[in-house]
Amino acid sequence: MTEATLSVRNLRVEIPTRRGVLTAIDDLSFDIAPGEVLGMVGESGAGKSITGSAVIGLLEPPGRVAGGEIRLAGERIDNLPPERMRHIRGKRIGMIFQDPLTSLNPLYRIGDQLVETILTHQRMTSGEARDKARRLLEEVGIPAAETRLSSYPHQFSGGMRQRVVIALALAADPELVIADEPTTALDVSVQAQIIALLKRLCAERGASVMLITHDMGVIAETADRVCVLYAGRLAELGPVREVVKHPQHPYTIGLMAAIPSLSGDPDAALAQIPGSMPRLGAIPPGCAFNPRCTFAFDRCTAERPDAYPAGASRAACFLHAPDRPYAAPPDVLAAARTAGIRLPAPMDEAGR
Amino acid sequence: MTAIVAPRTLVEVRGLRRTFDLSKPWLNRMIERSGRVSLTAVDTVDFSIREGETYALVGESGSGKSTIAKIVVGLLAPTAGSVTIDGTEVWGRKTAEEERRMRRKIQMIFQDPYASLNPRWRVGTIIAEPIAAFGLITDAKDRVARVGELLSLVGLDPRDAVKFPHEFSGGQRQRIAIARALASDPKFIVCDEPTSALDVSVQAQVLNLLRDLQQRLGLTYLFISHNLAVVRHMASRVGVLYLGRLVEEAPARELFAEPKHPYTRMLLDAVPDIDMEGKERLAIAGEIPNPVNPPPGCHFHPRCPMAMDRCRIETPRHNGAGNASVLCHLYD
Repeated sequence: MTEATLSVRNLRVEIPTRRGVLTAIDDLSFDIAPGEVLGMVGESGAGKSITGSAVIGLLEPPGRVAGGEIRLAGERIDNLPPERMRHIRGKRIGMIFQDPLTSLNPLYRIGDQLVETILTHQRMTSGEARDKARRLLEEVGIPAAETRLSSYPHQFSGGMRQRVVIALALAADPELVIADEPTTALDVSVQAQIIALLKRLCAERGASVMLITHDMGVIAETADRVCVLYAGRLAELGPVREVVKHPQHPYTIGLMAAIPSLSGDPDAALAQIPGSMPRLGAIPPGCAFNPRCTFAFDRCTAERPDAYPAGASRAACFLHAPDRPYAAPPDVLAAARTAGIRLPAPMDEAGR
Repeated sequence: MTAIVAPRTLVEVRGLRRTFDLSKPWLNRMIERSGRVSLTAVDTVDFSIREGETYALVGESGSGKSTIAKIVVGLLAPTAGSVTIDGTEVWGRKTAEEERRMRRKIQMIFQDPYASLNPRWRVGTIIAEPIAAFGLITDAKDRVARVGELLSLVGLDPRDAVKFPHEFSGGQRQRIAIARALASDPKFIVCDEPTSALDVSVQAQVLNLLRDLQQRLGLTYLFISHNLAVVRHMASRVGVLYLGRLVEEAPARELFAEPKHPYTRMLLDAVPDIDMEGKERLAIAGEIPNPVNPPPGCHFHPRCPMAMDRCRIETPRHNGAGNASVLCHLYD
């Protein structure tokens, strides 16, 4: 197998506060293969954006990477001095943020901002850079690119502005693009255009994408694999089709059933997960999801689950634990099986 | 849900128009020789809501959905047109007593539960405010009992009345906002994007609660949202807005099964869905034009794949039979 573009191992992010240290990300591991789109989903406070910030080294103080390692194409980047990280940011990792208005400088023309980014990372004359800026604008679908280079950000509409931001992120041909809620501030009809554009451009350049969003619909249509976060921990990681159609973690099952869809019976009540996600300071012992989980048994409150293989995915849930002595009670296993959880083989036999 | 739909019309909106004056100050206009600029946020909208029904207004930003909500509840005066609720004109002349009686029947739930609850008031005071304002229960003890009752109705503990809003999560705060809306025994509740600020798992709880309360209390909702999947789940009738005009109106099932207006079709196509059935997508062109200077004729024609010559000149009329109508020349 070729080396992963991004490899995150046992990442731990801490935020010291007056009332003690909060663990925003706890033991998170994932890989993004070259050219792959990995979706990061989770509810607000699950740690999606913090993961993105940790990768590009822009964690807001006092937040800090307290453990684990982050590798970009094999090279460790979590302990680099700020000056060297600055060269990686923008050159090898491109960023797209939620609000295009705040990621563009309102006082500079679009062309100047693009040229500045290109010249920072690549050796070329300013004429060549301007030419490249024009080609980038054309590629992201901005009509009359030549004249638009001398426009200011406020002269663009929301969707066009986000296209400019995408052009900026791709200016130095990065290996990895981190897109943090790239379409949340946009209207539905524009959202679809931007997603298609982002997907096409990254595929053409072979760039990997880390797509952070709370919108499962966007993930389902864009990502190859998806990583579901809950309270700063991995809940489930697997191919997008598997996770959406056959979720293996009880949280993912609840999440998928709770999303109103354009198909299915509109009169049926939506499935709901009782309660809400715990605050970072009050994560329950054992599995973070256990107080809301319908399948919880004694082991879930005592120990923290690893990410066990579950079908084509991995799920951090004891139902998938291969060690039999700690197996769940038979009624829980039966309920889990009806809910579509593929139990590991030896336990399945024991259940029968 | 359909069982409780009575044929009686509760809310009637006729010829509603609202324009905003965006002109520069007089002196600037004189010096720069520029004229007045006005934005038509709502352009001659008609619809009616029957008792016990959920009428949903969908549209993208700038379509005028929130402006309509504000006019309907009486927070913003219309430029023209009328809103009648249960036989009383919201913007008509009436005595103070009539005004009170009408206001009691209307309540509103806002989008952001972090902004709509006073952070310095206890939850009990927040919920008791409408009761006190309308003088519904004078005895303090009874009032506390009623607040407790309302809190249990929305799935909270009556003992939560002594807490402050910051002690609750987003979903719980929205429940408090719902309890406050129910406090005056309203008939009609305007929900302006009630779940857009909430996470999906919490959104499901609030949507189920709203449906459950509608069945138990026979409420009528005007439900405003940009999320089509949520609307499909909640609404009995749907109106689609584009740049201030109601371009299509139909019973929810009909609209989602067989959208007629090209804009509705485009919107339904654009929604990223978790269904992943590889649906055919119409390529979407363009963005919403500037509402200050909307395209002539049919506002949608620059983006419409079916646009004809007359769409560029002539404003379409409402076509349709029975309870569905569409604003498009294709159906003339």
